[in-house]
Amino acid sequence: MKQMNLLQAVNQALTLAMERDASVLCFGEDVGHFGGVFRATSGLQDKYGEDRCFNTPLTEQGIVGFANGLAAKGLKPVAEIQFADYIFPAFDQLVNETAKFRYRSGNQFNVGGLVVRTPYGGGIAGGHYHSQSPEAYFVHTPGLRVVVPRGPVQAKGLLLAAIACPDPVIFFEPKRLYRAAVAEVDEGYYQLPLDRAEVVREGSDITLLAWGAQMDYLLKAADLADNAGISCEVIDLQSLLPWDEDTVVESVLKTGRLLISHEAPLTGGFGAEIAATVQERCFLYLESPIARVCGLDTPFPLALEKRYMPDQHRIFDAINATMNF
Amino acid sequence: MTNPNNATITLVHRIRFVDGHGLTIPTFRLLKDDGHLYADAIAPELDKEQALAMYHSMVATRLLDERMLAAQRQGRISFYLQSLGEEAQAVASAAALAPEDMILAQYREQGALLHRGFTLAQFMSQLFSNEDDLGKGRQMPVHYGCRELNFMTISSPLATQIPQATGVAYGQRLAGESAITLCYFGEGAASEGDFHAGLNMAAVLKTPVIFFCRNNGYAISTPASEQFVGDGIASRAVGYGIRTLRVDGADTLAVFEATRQARQLMLDDPQPMLIEAMSYRLGAHSSSDDPSGYRSQAEEERWRKRDPIGRYRLWLQHQGWLNEDDDRRHRDELRRQILEAMKQAEQRAKPALESLVEDVYAAVPRHLERQLAGLKHPSSGRQGEDA
Ligand SMILES: Cc1ncc(C[n+]2csc(CCOP(=O)(O)OP(=O)(O)O)c2C)c(N)n1
Repeated sequence: MKQMNLLQAVNQALTLAMERDASVLCFGEDVGHFGGVFRATSGLQDKYGEDRCFNTPLTEQGIVGFANGLAAKGLKPVAEIQFADYIFPAFDQLVNETAKFRYRSGNQFNVGGLVVRTPYGGGIAGGHYHSQSPEAYFVHTPGLRVVVPRGPVQAKGLLLAAIACPDPVIFFEPKRLYRAAVAEVDEGYYQLPLDRAEVVREGSDITLLAWGAQMDYLLKAADLADNAGISCEVIDLQSLLPWDEDTVVESVLKTGRLLISHEAPLTGGFGAEIAATVQERCFLYLESPIARVCGLDTPFPLALEKRYMPDQHRIFDAINATMNF
Repeated sequence: MTNPNNATITLVHRIRFVDGHGLTIPTFRLLKDDGHLYADAIAPELDKEQALAMYHSMVATRLLDERMLAAQRQGRISFYLQSLGEEAQAVASAAALAPEDMILAQYREQGALLHRGFTLAQFMSQLFSNEDDLGKGRQMPVHYGCRELNFMTISSPLATQIPQATGVAYGQRLAGESAITLCYFGEGAASEGDFHAGLNMAAVLKTPVIFFCRNNGYAISTPASEQFVGDGIASRAVGYGIRTLRVDGADTLAVFEATRQARQLMLDDPQPMLIEAMSYRLGAHSSSDDPSGYRSQAEEERWRKRDPIGRYRLWLQHQGWLNEDDDRRHRDELRRQILEAMKQAEQRAKPALESLVEDVYAAVPRHLERQLAGLKHPSSGRQGEDA
């Protein structure tokens, strides 16, 4: 066990993956010698050579198209998109190609082994184009897996599982927590399951659900609620596609209430999908409407970032409203 | 003198803009229209068997196209896309490759797949989306693919295969394989961002990939003159620092030799190449298109005279390798086989309902199991209720 932050955990996962399997490659903008703008890939080029860890030209669609070809050839590319805000030039390659390789070829070709890592989310004074949470665009695409870790332990185990996974994975890394989240991490190789939500805290009055960086606020809100005598069950979804319906449903059947929180805008956000499924499967057990505490339907702001964020206070307010419906 | 970003710097002290048409790349051609070689041309090393194999693939491609276009008109398949006038480009380029070389195609290169050994039954299964289709009936007709033949399944969004080919070739180089990748696309597709992304990455990462552009003059109804200015697609590759050759796409021997030499060069020294094959899309874009709305009969006639199969047939005859009786008998037999394969394929069942949710992921996830159950028992209530 060793204390490390989320970034170090990612770096260690990549190191272990490249160590174990010569077909794992890491590349992207500034990823080679420099180690990526957040240094997630630092040291990898020194250890594994320029053929396996390298800079690419500045072309997101090129990076993902190239990764598709590599993965179809049987290698395991771990491509970095510098910021999730810049994943959109690669949208077509991800949605039309990565996601559909296996299906359209009748499983003659697939790009399992492909992982796209990308830092996402706000809270770092990044303004418009360094803060977005674009997961909802991708969870609408059958064939992709979408994974979001909340801390160093999860980041390492989920990333190693993503690299070993026979399906392509988009791995959103909460950059606000890169250095802020520190934990004791097992230094050995381990994987965490990609199809399980984790019940982080048990409770009986209301289920709180989020993923990635939002878990931090959710847990703080649960503490506030606890002080107010409300017992919260807190769930980290971890994998957004496919997502673990059963764990969520089971919890809501127990608590009778659900609050979902995400940083991305409310409308068409993934919270809407979860709410729809839960009301289908838990209708008669619900004691109040499913609450959503999300980003506003605006672009991500800079100066008013704090007000935009669905933080513990907004979540706590919503918990109270739900309890007193 | 070069600066850190690889640009050569020569100082001048008077303004001289480089003209957009400043670069003119010549076209490599070996065969005259009469089937004889140009005086200073050197024929590729081809034995009779190889030369006839190419011819037979070109003829088979044309007969298959004719038959299936008719089948589409009869409403037996939903869509078709012929390669009339472009058979030489696909067949001769594929013939210059080794079987272990990877091909990523657009959609007008059935000749390459046929030459690699895709059977008539396999073509028909795809076209009729029956249970034998290797792609399990999920794509429109003509989106072929075959793992065994190293032919990547075709995707509809144009140009996406270009950066992918760069990735495949990088993988080949890393594995130390003596194999390369060939990537087909049209001059229209070369306007997409993926073209530029893929070429630039290939150049920088030194991957052994041949970018094979079929410049056939049209992208659906848009003529090349409204697609780009400058000297075709070839000049773009030069700008990326890529070795480039322009070739007469209706000259079977020239296409073969160009591809063979490109392959050889990149095996010895990994790097990408671009071949721009100049031709004309003699037919309609697809079964949904009518070219009479955007081009003249006279224009088509001019090109019909330059039919690649005709020119190559003359050369084979001059070699004494082909006689008219054999040719006719061979065509009749092919027509019979095509008809037979079509009838067989038409009668086969559609893929099983379960295949609807298979291959989305490596294993069928629980939510898809639920959704399939909901489809089988719609009365069970909510979509995706457990059966
Ligand atoms: C991204 C994308 N945009 C539009 C289309 C529709 N489309 C299909 S074929 C075609 C023209 C392609 O022309 P070209 O690449 O020159 O090939 P050719 O048909 O001439 O062989 C278009 C616009 C598509 N398939 N993909």
